[in-house]
Amino acid sequence: MTLQEAQSSRTAATTAVPSRSVVERLIRARELSLVIIIIALIAGTAGAQPSYLFSQGGWRDLLRGPAMLIVVAIGEAMVILTRNIDLSVGSILGLTTYLCGDLMHLTSLPNVVIVVIGLAFGAALGLINGLLVAFLNVPSLVITLGTQYAFRGVAVLWIGGRFIRPEWVPNSFKHFGLSQILTIPWLLVVAVIVMLASGWFLSSRRTGREFYALGSNPDAAILYGLRTRQLTLIPFVLSGLLAGLGGIIYLSIFATGDSKVGFGFEFQAIAAAVVGGVAITGGSGRIWGVALGGFFLATLNTALPVLNVPSLWQQAVVGLLIVAAITLDRALFVARQRQARKAVHA
Amino acid sequence: MTAISTEKNAKAPPTYLVHDKSLFRRVWLRPEAVLSSSIVLIVVLSMLLVPNYLRPSADYTFSTLLLNAIPILFLLLPVTLIIATGDIDLSVSSVLGLSSAVFGLGYQAGIPIWLAALLGVIVGGGVGIVNGVLVTIIGLPSLAVTIGTLALFRGIAVGLLGTTAITNFPPPLTKFFSGSIPGTPIPWQVLFWLAPVIAFAVLLHFTPFGRGIFAIGRSSEMATFSGVNVVRTRLILFVLSGLVAGAVGVFFTLQYSNAIGSNGSGFELQVVTAIVLGGVSIWGGRGTLLGAIAGGLFIASFSKSLQILGVGDDAIYVITGSALIISVVVSSISGRVSIRRRRKGSPTPAGGE
Repeated sequence: MTLQEAQSSRTAATTAVPSRSVVERLIRARELSLVIIIIALIAGTAGAQPSYLFSQGGWRDLLRGPAMLIVVAIGEAMVILTRNIDLSVGSILGLTTYLCGDLMHLTSLPNVVIVVIGLAFGAALGLINGLLVAFLNVPSLVITLGTQYAFRGVAVLWIGGRFIRPEWVPNSFKHFGLSQILTIPWLLVVAVIVMLASGWFLSSRRTGREFYALGSNPDAAILYGLRTRQLTLIPFVLSGLLAGLGGIIYLSIFATGDSKVGFGFEFQAIAAAVVGGVAITGGSGRIWGVALGGFFLATLNTALPVLNVPSLWQQAVVGLLIVAAITLDRALFVARQRQARKAVHA
Repeated sequence: MTAISTEKNAKAPPTYLVHDKSLFRRVWLRPEAVLSSSIVLIVVLSMLLVPNYLRPSADYTFSTLLLNAIPILFLLLPVTLIIATGDIDLSVSSVLGLSSAVFGLGYQAGIPIWLAALLGVIVGGGVGIVNGVLVTIIGLPSLAVTIGTLALFRGIAVGLLGTTAITNFPPPLTKFFSGSIPGTPIPWQVLFWLAPVIAFAVLLHFTPFGRGIFAIGRSSEMATFSGVNVVRTRLILFVLSGLVAGAVGVFFTLQYSNAIGSNGSGFELQVVTAIVLGGVSIWGGRGTLLGAIAGGLFIASFSKSLQILGVGDDAIYVITGSALIISVVVSSISGRVSIRRRRKGSPTPAGGE
């Protein structure tokens, strides 16, 4: 193929874009379809049980419940963007929850200090993952599978059969979990701030753009001279930090917790990320899609029991969503390639 | 003899660097050998140091050691082959749980037990096909697929069984699956295990299919050009993995006389750890089944000794997780060191490895 041919094929491929069918465009606009699905889900559930939406507590829980999943999923999404995976977020979340609860019990530090300690602790655990993956050239899957169990084991050893008693948690902290601004829970505001900040970071900052570059083609990123080690390391630290934030949100909602907090949460985070349009092979995805994915999944979890689906099936739904989302992405990718090829031949 | 070989060496640099090393290094500095000797060492040390390792009855200790290890030893057979192609199957533990649930529910529903067992194995094979089709024909990364199906299959098992546990399996069968051959500490299940071990070892190491597995692990494209049917090979391996996990689900249920949704949860960690410890490259293309089995036995004997010493199951999770990390770290570093040494030793290697 000569250069000219290549150029003409590229223009052919781009001019072929508007000829997509409406349905296809809807599927591709992942965020829009998610919004529609979420609204339909909430409407259907509220139809079955009006207090799900129209009571004060229902409205609050609907909005603040997803906050935890949204922040953890955003961290996970950054790791997936760089073509890695973090299976240890659930364990980091659980450890941070208990650390903060214990600190509230044992010390009289102000809440802000405890939150900062919790975030730093999560980031430190993420740093362990990041250092191992970045400097040893070992698949992140293996490392974080190991740390998932190691961190969880540490939690069980440390906590044993104890649990955080609600009276340990200061009232001011519990109050923050309940408080609202213009009927919007503060916890959701926190999640939205995290979304805006990380979205801005990924779309406008150099390091953020380099995450995408590394994820879409690691070899090219090395040849281009990107600092691939740092770029591998940073998402793990951010993921640990946000998992820590998730643990703090958990504590402010439930004001209790044992050694099992966050067990299996990594699957929810991965599901939220891939449902929100992050390619599991890295290099593609938008943060507000991830946030919507997290909102959808968390809403689905609370809606299922109302819709008479036993909560036991929750995990199966999460697994199905992961498999369906990555299969859909792949099918769309193949269809797009075929279309581009057809456009070249036409 | 030496004169001839040195003369040869002087003429041409060694073609096969592996055989360039002394016999001692070739045989003993392998993961299999190191692990086997560590296992012997652990067992001997435990006999000397751990109180009650031999009493109340050594038979009991050894048979529980083997019984605890046997599901892992079964599961690692197909997963080793999958990892040798450079793929991974994390869902085996959930396939075990799903098969256990199907078997238990079938038995409870009153169908003959052999039919229920067959149903469990078939369900295992069926979900193996699901994994395999998603990975090979749809073309998704096996890591992502099996993380999804790890959650999905476990979720179905938990959803099917709910909070109930089915425990009323016929005592003769449960006694058989948890019992040992009379007069020995060797469980009956080990006999069951030997057949697939031989089958998988022959398949991996002595057939064209097995050479194809390693070829895919080295480079999928190269394997295609050398005539390996890459899609078929990978698909077959995922189906085999499902079938084995399905069978283990039945054995495991009978061994503990308990069908619950959480059966086998977390086994994927032990399976992957055993295989990586046993020197199978996580990138594919290198490793032996013997090494993986030695890895599985190593974990089992190590955690048994710790258990007897009074270390809880949770600490064993920490240790297994750390063992996985350490083994990949060590193999990564030693790989780098040997590359560097090779570069220093012979600036222009004739054939390479």
